[in-house]
Amino acid sequence: MSDIRPDDSDLSPLSAPIAPETLARLHARLERDADAAGLVDVAYTTIDSPVGRLLLAATRKGLVRVAYANEDHDRVLETLAQKISPRVLHAPGRLDAAVREIDEYFGRRRRAFDLPLDLSLSHGFRQIVQTHLPEIAYGQTRTYREVAELVGNPRAVRAVGTACATNPLPVVVPCHRVLRTDGTLGGYIGGLDAKTTLLNLEAAA
Amino acid sequence: MDMKQPFEKVVAQHGPTVLRVCRALLRVHDADDAWSETFLSAMRAYPDLPETANVEAWLVTIARRKAIDIHRAAKRYPLTLHALPEAPTDLGVPGGGGADLWDAVQDLSDKQRRAITYRYLAGMSHAEIAEILGGSVAAARRAAADGLRNLRKNYPGAHAKGASS
Repeated sequence: MSDIRPDDSDLSPLSAPIAPETLARLHARLERDADAAGLVDVAYTTIDSPVGRLLLAATRKGLVRVAYANEDHDRVLETLAQKISPRVLHAPGRLDAAVREIDEYFGRRRRAFDLPLDLSLSHGFRQIVQTHLPEIAYGQTRTYREVAELVGNPRAVRAVGTACATNPLPVVVPCHRVLRTDGTLGGYIGGLDAKTTLLNLEAAA
Repeated sequence: MDMKQPFEKVVAQHGPTVLRVCRALLRVHDADDAWSETFLSAMRAYPDLPETANVEAWLVTIARRKAIDIHRAAKRYPLTLHALPEAPTDLGVPGGGGADLWDAVQDLSDKQRRAITYRYLAGMSHAEIAEILGGSVAAARRAAADGLRNLRKNYPGAHAKGASS
């Protein structure tokens, strides 16, 4: 439509910017109405944390995604639109409990998360591994090999590494507590600084 | 692979345009209702929208239908007509500079108002406007031109060259 977009500035007041508060108010109303109508397949919000800005997304079933800034939140939302539903809306209400628990975690007032999770972004062995990761207690670490044994597949060390690297719920599902057998950090979806920050936070508690 | 944007993107990208269209077709309070119902309907239908669709034109079409529904409802319950403010309102365009222009737009004939709205707010072609108004492309072009001329007559400020959008 770019060729027919008028350049006639006589009517510029008609295309004057609309107050951000007006749009915010209308958006809030849409959040309520769409939620009441059962249309919000994916609700999301973003929060600031000691490991940078985190995106939190939830389906009606539970928390489905936690994403670090380095994952590019726009890209993450596009992937959610593709894999779950394009009905993705910035609707912080559904994330209230998750935001509160993550705040408590970073404030060292919480050692385990008590949130409904939606692991539908993972399948098969990866999902099994991610289901077991919360069994590693706060402040403790396990090696990839130990986790492979934990899930009853001791030879699947590399697959455990992949399962940790593709964890859709970092921080909440504690893949940061899994280290290499030699004690070095191994990789981390949020970068090694984030992994170190989380391990130090838990060690200091 | 071609893929659909998260609906939030659609709201952010087209929300202001849809509100301008609603405000040109309705009073401010009703425009809010029309905006809300437009995006609620759009969100419901969004998964089935073809990926090649012109999202803005689609939204404008929904907004127009919602505006017509609200007009019809107002006719069914004529009491609400008494509640419509006759005095100029400071609602509408922020800064107040455009409020008179909104009144001037409201005073246009139905066809001219719609032609102006679709052309200058939604950036639609005369052919697209003709499709919605029902009539020839030439008639749509004439309605937009006549509307613009009447606006200039009734709203002298419209001659002022503002910052282009």
